Amino acid sequence: MSETRENLRALTFTQAVNEALRQEMERDGTVFIMGEDVAGGAGRADFEDAWGGPFRLTKGLIGEFGPDRVRDTPISEAGFIGAGVGAAATGMRPIVDLMFVGFFGVCGDQIMNNAAKMHYMFGGKVGVPLTIMTSIGAGTNSAAQHSETLYSIFAHFPGLKCVCPSGPYSAKGLHIAAIRDDDPVIVFNHALLMGRRGANVERDDVYGLHVPEDPYVLPIGKSLVAREGADVTLIGTGYTTLVCCEAAAQLAEQGYSAEVVDLLSISPLDEETILESVMKTRKVVIVDEDYPRCSVASDLSALVAEEAFDYLDAPPKRVTAPHTPVPYSQPLEALYLPNRERVVSAALSVLA
Amino acid sequence: MAKGIGIDRRTLLWMYETMVTIRRFEEQCKREADAGKLSGMHSSVGQEAVPTGICAHLRTDDYVLGNHRSHHHCIAKGVDINEMMAELLGKVTGTNRGKGGTMHIADIGKGMLGANGVVGSNIPVTTGAALSAKLKGEDTVSVVFFGDGASGQGALHESMNLAGIWKLGVIFVCENNRYAEATPFEYSVAGGSIAARAAGYGFPGVRADGQDVLEMYEVAGEAVRRARAGEGPTLIEAQTYRYLGHFGADNPLLYRSEEEEARYRAKDCIAGLSAHILEEGVAGEAELSAIDERALAAVTAASRFADESAFPEDRELFADVYNDYASGRFTRHAESGA
Ligand SMILES: Cc1ncc(C[n+]2csc(CCOP(=O)(O)OP(=O)(O)O)c2C)c(N)n1
Repeated sequence: MSETRENLRALTFTQAVNEALRQEMERDGTVFIMGEDVAGGAGRADFEDAWGGPFRLTKGLIGEFGPDRVRDTPISEAGFIGAGVGAAATGMRPIVDLMFVGFFGVCGDQIMNNAAKMHYMFGGKVGVPLTIMTSIGAGTNSAAQHSETLYSIFAHFPGLKCVCPSGPYSAKGLHIAAIRDDDPVIVFNHALLMGRRGANVERDDVYGLHVPEDPYVLPIGKSLVAREGADVTLIGTGYTTLVCCEAAAQLAEQGYSAEVVDLLSISPLDEETILESVMKTRKVVIVDEDYPRCSVASDLSALVAEEAFDYLDAPPKRVTAPHTPVPYSQPLEALYLPNRERVVSAALSVLA
Repeated sequence: MAKGIGIDRRTLLWMYETMVTIRRFEEQCKREADAGKLSGMHSSVGQEAVPTGICAHLRTDDYVLGNHRSHHHCIAKGVDINEMMAELLGKVTGTNRGKGGTMHIADIGKGMLGANGVVGSNIPVTTGAALSAKLKGEDTVSVVFFGDGASGQGALHESMNLAGIWKLGVIFVCENNRYAEATPFEYSVAGGSIAARAAGYGFPGVRADGQDVLEMYEVAGEAVRRARAGEGPTLIEAQTYRYLGHFGADNPLLYRSEEEEARYRAKDCIAGLSAHILEEGVAGEAELSAIDERALAAVTAASRFADESAFPEDRELFADVYNDYASGRFTRHAESGA
């Protein structure tokens, strides 16, 4: 079994991202990182790398690559993310850190009007190989501005690729894919995943504990089946993939076989994998922590309704956050979040 | 005239009590966090003098807006500490009915138009409150507190320009506590002075010792006078220091030295004011001790009030927002019975 396998590398999500960044910076001298406290203690030799990133994703990198390539910024998201666009358009491969996705409002213009549009608007003559790393997710008692799971709003824009890892293995593969991609890619890292290791000790693949040392890429635009099943499809993204796997385990105890599709790529969307699963199980529950209106969940629901209508035994069902900002109070926040019980009850309702 | 000499006894003792209350409140918050009742917060210990010196000039109908580190702004503006502590614990008796928490405390009745977790985000809103006063022909003043880190945001520069061309009654108060998270001021602020930037927008920018509440009081007096008189904005850069880490578990010794911390702590704002009060014979030891005790008792009572208060009911989740989904076309709360 994996746990006892020789050379098992049970990295946390954070360590896996850190390794991806390090390996890409070693491989390609045009890759560099900018963000607030990506090192910390800027300008003070004795205190270099005081933080190593707000979530410690960039820890140790300044020691290896120096302050030119691991660049602390003032709190100027429009400035440094816009600078990332400009550097990307002129031969570099910047990685910029947007600490919490809710802060995108400060730099939305740079992302939506420049990063997303330049390549198309300039007739394909300029590329923007920019990677934006950001954190998402509630469950940390941090209230409305620090808990959002906004990816739908970015997926709305043509020209932006959006990926969302669900564990250490996919985190490493998707960060490397994002850095190597010639388009702007946003990587959404869920706050509740970052300290964790892989979900499943039994497995040897993307969902196991092991993270291979050699660099590898998970293709952007490809979803994976995290658990095979026959009776109902549960679709998750990032953290909600874990919620779906927990729900599938509980459903198994009740005699139902649930398949879990892990979206991984939000834009482009892997319609084939999604439709194949739904056509097989004939029932689908879509689980998403983002707001429900005009969302990835509503998009998936439309996809299934339009493309697999004849196969469905029940209407597609969505389990999402409610159409409210994220509340601070812990009991309300718990009520806000999609969880295993809600997914199970939604699945039972389409299985009935 | 020596600093503080013209300030009346009532104001001096109010400032003392306010600063002591803030400090005791923040210490209690840390205990609540250690007990797992709140997940962490940005402590204002060390920075008490800045909002205290400013708010000493403000009326209830003047507006204050804050940032992520705002408990001291709220207390200085007169927000009830029972309601603040209840808010921190997510209780329905809190200032925001438990829905905002530590970074979003608001109490419009007291002129606290809200703390804000997005750095720089409240600066334009404050400018709008001042615009509103101008349009309504009122002489209310709007004050925004932000950090040295926030001075890197475009929002500050856009707002200073607006306030400059429209001569709005805004006071931009930068609490320069030397750090934005782990980033030192001298690294992140080009030119080395935030106060100097006001000159570019045609209004006064002053640097003040934010550890000295008497100096803060003096500088704020002139800024408030200008604002009320319709003479336009002022930018105040208060030199201060946060004694603790940026947030919760942050260890500040990862980016600054113990010697530096000791140097700033030696200029503590509460000790400074208490020395002044005693030296000038404004009050004696016994009177100050009585204030200390009253502040501690108030904070202890606030903690008890918060503990004994209830959490919001489930339906609060859907209150205060336009929501056509509450009744549950989607599988959520109602259906799952959670
Ligand atoms: C737009 C935005 N960017 C980043 C952050 C994360 N953040 C929270 S506080 C902080 C530092 C703020 O420094 P400063 O303005 O100096 O205030 P201080 O914390 O020193 O009181 C940062 C970077 C944020 N909340 N909002």
